[in-house]
Amino acid sequence: MVIVARGLTREYEGGVKALRSVDLEVPDGEFVAVTGPSGCGKSTLLNLLGGLDRPTAGEIELGGRRVDAFSEAKWAHVRRREIGFVFQFFNLIGNLSVADNVELPALLAGVSAKEARTRRAELLETLGIAEHADQSPTRLSGGQQQRVAIARALINRPRVLLADEPTGNLDSASARDVMRLLRTMHDERGQTIVLVTHDARVAARADRVVTMRDGRIADETRLDAGRGDIAATVSRLMQLGV
Amino acid sequence: MRFPLLALLAKGPAHGYELKQALEQRFGGVLPPLNAGQIYTTLGRLQRDGLVTDDAVAQNGRPNKRVYRLTEQGEVELRGWVAEATPGTRLKDDFFIKLVLARAAGIAEPGELIARQRAAYLQALRELDDVAAQTDETTSLLVEGAALHLEADLKWLDLCERRMTNGSDRW
Repeated sequence: MVIVARGLTREYEGGVKALRSVDLEVPDGEFVAVTGPSGCGKSTLLNLLGGLDRPTAGEIELGGRRVDAFSEAKWAHVRRREIGFVFQFFNLIGNLSVADNVELPALLAGVSAKEARTRRAELLETLGIAEHADQSPTRLSGGQQQRVAIARALINRPRVLLADEPTGNLDSASARDVMRLLRTMHDERGQTIVLVTHDARVAARADRVVTMRDGRIADETRLDAGRGDIAATVSRLMQLGV
Repeated sequence: MRFPLLALLAKGPAHGYELKQALEQRFGGVLPPLNAGQIYTTLGRLQRDGLVTDDAVAQNGRPNKRVYRLTEQGEVELRGWVAEATPGTRLKDDFFIKLVLARAAGIAEPGELIARQRAAYLQALRELDDVAAQTDETTSLLVEGAALHLEADLKWLDLCERRMTNGSDRW
């Protein structure tokens, strides 16, 4: 298991319970979507898993070891090396080039400049933005900026990629593009992904969809890849009548 | 089938087989297989009602080939069809009937029924999305429509879940 959460609870001051005893296991190489209406606790869950927030109660294991009681310094170390983050807003640094934005976390983690360059070039290529390496990210479209953010999140080869509404700020064509790339990272590299979204269509790209409500997991379902036979799928799901 | 055939004939006279081909070409990916008999039966009815007429073309050693064309009355009918809004179709929902009655009879938990239905909709959405990525323009536009309906269905399941599992006994 990459992630094991047990009894995860987050209570804010004033007694508001954002998360009520959530159990979640994410095996290596799985692509999980967490969905539900706003306020259901899905972002809180992701923030706890990524060490951006601390649980009121419960346990988190990452890569087989307990991390919930880690100090901020230890968490910073874990976040840098073992977790990749992608958010709705891309949070890129405007006065650094695309290449530098992507390499920065690697250099901060102590990867050699040469190795960081190699990894960056390969990621930008895979994500289809190699030609923009020397530009400022501010010159790119939203979809392209999100691809830069994905490259940055993956440069340290994290155990898990945590994505919070990664398509929330994109038009539908760019959103589909980003989802296709996340799928590729999962299918071809075995990247473990936990993705939070309110968008059912985005969630439906994952292997497993966990639905939350009122701070709890309401239900979950495993999805099969399409069976590849377009004609059969179409006629099963939507025949036109004439 | 009546109006689609009239609409195809608006482009010019055609025989039955050409009409079948034209339908398959435009909607091939999303139509159930058409049989020629269905087309000819409909053409016969249209002719009886005075909306189309046919010119028989003699063929060597075979029965005459019928080329159909719109009559003036057929054009009027067709224009009426085009000018009218098509009624919305989403008011029938078998799942909802099941949900309400199974709950009333105490033979199923609404939460379980909703969870199962949600899984089925998500799976359908996944498969439609796979199709949308690799099909022709007509099919892909229709797939988008079906996907939007599924998204609405999923939101509506959330609403059913909220209202039916909050301890209320109104149902």
